[in-house]
Amino acid sequence: MKITGKKLFRNGFGQLTIPLIAIALLAVFNLIRDPGFFSIGIAHNSDGNAVLSGNIISIINGASELAILAIGMTLVTAACGGQDISVGAAAAIAGSVFVKVLKSASSINGGTVLLAFLLSCIVAMLFGAFNGTLVAVFKIQPMIATLILYTCGRSIAYWINGGATPTISNPILSAIGGFIPGIPLPTPVIIVVVMAILFKLLFHFTSLELFTQSVGINGAAARLNGINPMFIKLLSFVLLGACVSAAGCIGVSRLGLINHETLLLDVEMDAILAVAIGGNSLGGGRFKIIGSILGAYIIQTLTITLYAMKVSSTDVKAYKAIVIVLLVVIGSPVVKQRFTKFVRRLSENRKKVSAKGAE
Amino acid sequence: MRKLKALLLVVALVVCCMATACGKKDGDGKIKIGVVNNPPSESGYREANVKDMEAVFSAENGYELKTFYSKVNDEQLQAAKGFITDGVDYLLISAAETTGWDDVLKKAKDAGVKVYIFDRKIEVDQSLYEAAVISDMAKEGETAVNWLLAQNLPEYKVIHIQGAMGSDAQVGRTGALDAQFASGKMKKIVQQTAGWDEAEAKKIVETVINSGEDFNVIYAENDGMARGAVAALDEAGITHGVDGKVVVIGFDCNKWALRELLAGKWNYDGQCSPFQAKIISDLIKSGKAPSQKIIINEEKGFDAKTITENDINTYGLGD
Repeated sequence: MKITGKKLFRNGFGQLTIPLIAIALLAVFNLIRDPGFFSIGIAHNSDGNAVLSGNIISIINGASELAILAIGMTLVTAACGGQDISVGAAAAIAGSVFVKVLKSASSINGGTVLLAFLLSCIVAMLFGAFNGTLVAVFKIQPMIATLILYTCGRSIAYWINGGATPTISNPILSAIGGFIPGIPLPTPVIIVVVMAILFKLLFHFTSLELFTQSVGINGAAARLNGINPMFIKLLSFVLLGACVSAAGCIGVSRLGLINHETLLLDVEMDAILAVAIGGNSLGGGRFKIIGSILGAYIIQTLTITLYAMKVSSTDVKAYKAIVIVLLVVIGSPVVKQRFTKFVRRLSENRKKVSAKGAE
Repeated sequence: MRKLKALLLVVALVVCCMATACGKKDGDGKIKIGVVNNPPSESGYREANVKDMEAVFSAENGYELKTFYSKVNDEQLQAAKGFITDGVDYLLISAAETTGWDDVLKKAKDAGVKVYIFDRKIEVDQSLYEAAVISDMAKEGETAVNWLLAQNLPEYKVIHIQGAMGSDAQVGRTGALDAQFASGKMKKIVQQTAGWDEAEAKKIVETVINSGEDFNVIYAENDGMARGAVAALDEAGITHGVDGKVVVIGFDCNKWALRELLAGKWNYDGQCSPFQAKIISDLIKSGKAPSQKIIINEEKGFDAKTITENDINTYGLGD
């Protein structure tokens, strides 16, 4: 028992140590600040459904899009050793396609919503394939390659619908972006869980996880072992495309409105941060999806905490930056190495002391 | 032979150019207008603004319209210079930035091109332009706040959701409410910027609801953010609008927002009129110099209790 405790202290939860510590710190901080911060209540929404409410629900609900994007971003990061900065713009395109299809449909029912989602998914995956081709085939740095779509994506989103903020109201959409009658948990949260399980199954039944890691660690070595790095990289971008479309459609469904300028604005930075906070190497290789999802929740907890403290939202970004710099520095290899050295020296000293004591 | 052909071509080209140039001078009686504006994709406001310009300065109304859309000031400056060289009669500008326009406007004056500024002020000497037709954002805020005061609520506990900090609309619409907070007439529950982001506005209101603090007014500085705020109210089952607990105020008068008003789900929407073209067209056609340099575009505010379907069709933006 003593040994496992020591082991845990030395190795922690591996990659998940930092995100878990961060969550614990944020929780303790909030409990001290306001003991009722994490209380969960039941409210009746305006449709008369009993739904869960409270800050925890707000956090996991509000972080849904970010969490879904972080899943895809983790794959791209692991395979390519770089990040896609066009996810926000691509989500605006996906959301616009979603709205366009629904607006041109004569009536909105389950079938048309599914069709709209599938079409937006295909479009987002095509844009993902475009980014992926630039990265995998033409060997352009991911950030530079995706800079193209980052710059022009929101204009493309505008062309799709023309109007600046087309609105669309329908009970099915509010069920997707809000609550399904009879289920007290917000639907976006359920979608995140479903996406995470889907990816888990994908990794379980295929060798994608192993292949992605080997391509990320050493592409040439992977090729010698019969893995096609080009295909794996391209696939990671296409899968990110699917995530982007899911995030975009949730964002649109929440308010029944698409504003191509503000939908998931600046989300790319948060998505990359979620990956980093989750303990994944931004240089590619080993990865844990669950770490990135935790990262997304940490970022959202931070935002909601700052809002709850009535920090002026112009300052929120600055405070967020401070905390994130701390997290990233603590999680950096250099600090980790020093820390392990420090721990080792401590235990050696203790051994010496006990040895001396025995003499 | 080839040289001769080339020479002939050149001569033909020159003649053509002169012919068009002459044509320009004599003209077909049409007034040439060059419009430098922000791109319609910027917002619903801009979209309506651009459409209105194109409708008013049409060929049927006796105009020849050239347009250029960009949100980059340098590109706008280049385009304005281009229009001056093309010999337009009037130059209409909605600048991306308020500074850097001195040289271009002086050039326009030297070339005899008359300049009208619309939508946004430019920081130049007033002698450089005929008139500026602009919205008074501060007045929009005052109209809304006066309306709110006239509702005679027993108390005012306000959630104030601001636009992108420093923008004209934010500064103007915030001013009137800040004065009420300062005088103590209204209580500031939260004042946060959502930067025109609907989803951010929803998060801000959600946080207030979760904190258990009481409020009865939401003052959102545009329609989108009001929609986000209302979504948060709906999820928590808090009533809003006419006969509701929370008074909802938005700005910009998008058609969909005015429909919310008509349905009684919101209470008030302040107009930010993008329709300056008619005013400018009237000034141009009158042939006289405008009597004042700054012309404020009259703007309305709509109350859910009095709004009509007709108002929506006349004043609503978008579809």
